Amino acid sequence: MSLRIVVCVKYVPDATGDRHFADDLTVDRDDVDGLLSELDEYAVEQALQIAEEADDAEVTVLTVGPEDAKDALRKALSMGADKAVHVEDDDLHGTDVMGTSLVLAKAIEKTGYDVVIAGMASTDGVMGVLPAILAERLGVPQVTLLSEVSIEDGVVKGRRDGDAASEQLEAALPAVVSVTDQSGEARYPSFKGIMAAKKKPVESLDLSDLDLEAEEVGLEGAWTAVDSATERPARTAGTIVKDEGEGGKQLAEFLASQKFI
Amino acid sequence: MAEILVYVDHVDGAVRKPTLELLTLARRLGDPVAVALGNGAADTAPALAEHGAVKVLTADAPEFAEYLVVPKVDALQAAYEAVSAGGSLAAVLVPSSAEAKEIAARLAVRIGSGVITDAVDLEAGDEGPVATQSVFAASFTTKSRVSKGTPVITVKPNSAPVEAAPAAGTVEALSVSFGALATGTKVTSRTPRESTGRPELTEAAIVVSGGRGVNGAENFAIIEALADSLGAAVGASRAAVDAGWYPHANQVGQTGKSVSPQLYIASGISGAIQHRAGMQTSKTIVAINKDAEAPIFELVDYGVVGDLFEVVPQLTEEVKTRKG
Ligand SMILES: Cc1cc2nc3c(=O)[nH]c(=O)nc-3n(C[C@H](O)[C@H](O)[C@H](O)COP(=O)(O)OP(=O)(O)OC[C@H]3O[C@@H](n4cnc5c(N)ncnc54)[C@H](O)[C@@H]3O)c2cc1C
Ligand SMILES: Nc1ncnc2c1ncn2[C@@H]1O[C@H](COP(=O)(O)O)[C@@H](O)[C@H]1O
Repeated sequence: MSLRIVVCVKYVPDATGDRHFADDLTVDRDDVDGLLSELDEYAVEQALQIAEEADDAEVTVLTVGPEDAKDALRKALSMGADKAVHVEDDDLHGTDVMGTSLVLAKAIEKTGYDVVIAGMASTDGVMGVLPAILAERLGVPQVTLLSEVSIEDGVVKGRRDGDAASEQLEAALPAVVSVTDQSGEARYPSFKGIMAAKKKPVESLDLSDLDLEAEEVGLEGAWTAVDSATERPARTAGTIVKDEGEGGKQLAEFLASQKFI
Repeated sequence: MAEILVYVDHVDGAVRKPTLELLTLARRLGDPVAVALGNGAADTAPALAEHGAVKVLTADAPEFAEYLVVPKVDALQAAYEAVSAGGSLAAVLVPSSAEAKEIAARLAVRIGSGVITDAVDLEAGDEGPVATQSVFAASFTTKSRVSKGTPVITVKPNSAPVEAAPAAGTVEALSVSFGALATGTKVTSRTPRESTGRPELTEAAIVVSGGRGVNGAENFAIIEALADSLGAAVGASRAAVDAGWYPHANQVGQTGKSVSPQLYIASGISGAIQHRAGMQTSKTIVAINKDAEAPIFELVDYGVVGDLFEVVPQLTEEVKTRKG
């Protein structure tokens, strides 16, 4: 039987761009170029490796996001995923993690899955909790923040490097997995991959396809509210000295003046 | 007075500093009721009482160590239900460790609440606690609230001072029954991280970091010597970690640890946005880099343009001399 892998990928504003907020205090997605979150490339990579190991597997990439989020799906398809699902609906604007996870869970159930693979965190929101929430919503084991992962005989195994210890984990499928940037470099799409991606199916779903109401998501339906966002004042220009042989001592003098020594 | 549930991060009964900071913030909002789980849970009570916990709910069971995350969610939910039955539970506060964030988020789903992660400050507001967050690699500061359910908020280390505020700290056993999902993910082995004897990276008052400029694993001894002279933790950029010069556990940045010490010293680090994301909220920033154009200099309070192999050892010697 085929192993059905669903990879959750997010389309995010480029972290090296000038990111800011829109008037309604949601993340501005118009003025900064978007891309497939670099941390989700690791999830796509592990999905492809697992699929290559399995006799028969299918990799579906899934995103919840605006029209442009198709770019993220295309990138994942050109890396080698088989098909894509795009959940897009005007009513999704401003959805927070609780709403996004609700939509993703519905879309995952509709698509059908044996394993869901996500990134460790999105590079814009950086919460790092969505995979755990998905496991809760889907009612399946959570095998998250793995720096090493494998699937064999319906069991997912992996290594989680935590604060206090490194743990080996094991769970029976179906399960939700997330992988870190320690899991292995993501491949670059080949020219052939880019060409092939153009012909791969991208299914579009809206809220009604998922039996969700507008009130359950979006800015109005959000479980959290942002009241203000202020640009951090630029740090006041510091003192910069060129080392002419006394740089270490000058630095020590500064640290002493600040009472660090 | 409102009650605030505080999830305790501890190692075999030794309460970690971020939890004590959390108690400082919790006291701004109400009376802290602490929840300590796992081996040594009851031993946490004296430290928690000393810092303001009016009550300490404890539970221990093999499941907490043998299975990932979910048993702790079940227990925190039991604590939530026990306290909210009294009718005055105003918030659930959790330290922002990777595991505790997952616990917080799953609890939030179960109790129908919103969740805010990685707050750097908390204050009481008319519509519940207001959380300050530092976003987009610390280029923006936001203030947000949970608008549905009992607010669940995770707070980063070094967000508040540790303050003594003796309270009763009455220990009560929490009764927990584990759900079907609790045993879903088995922890088949655990290798504790070896202690370096240095302060914990995320908790340290001073962090000394090295990057690609350190140019080799053996050269990290120079960074460690400076750290030791200052009683600091050692950090590393991803370039240094990827090169295999220093353990990933010490990586500072978006995909490593986020630190907010009183003093951050970067040596041989250019200051890429992903590195900044993990250190930009440090109070005082110092850099040593031979390239005067390195972006790290945009952040510094004091910078030395020079060769770290000259500057760092001289600084270390000078620190030792001054400290006598
Ligand atoms: C998704 C993603 C996540 C990432 N996460 C992280 C993260 O968590 N943490 C992180 O750090 N990076 C992260 N990065 C990588 C980041 O983009 C940079 O590549 C990295 O921070 C560079 O490390 P560096 O400053 O040590 O190296 P470089 O950028 O190569 O800089 C080295 C610096 O050392 C200086 N130097 C060299 N020799 C000397 C000398 N003898 N004396 C003094 N100075 C010297 C050079 O002038 C230079 O400025 C991430 C990237 C991506 C895409
Ligand atoms: N809108 C989204 N669409 C698809 N996947 C998402 C979305 N948001 C988050 N994810 C997934 O959840 C992971 C963690 O996200 P977060 O908790 O927001 O940091 C990401 O790495 C993605 O794999």
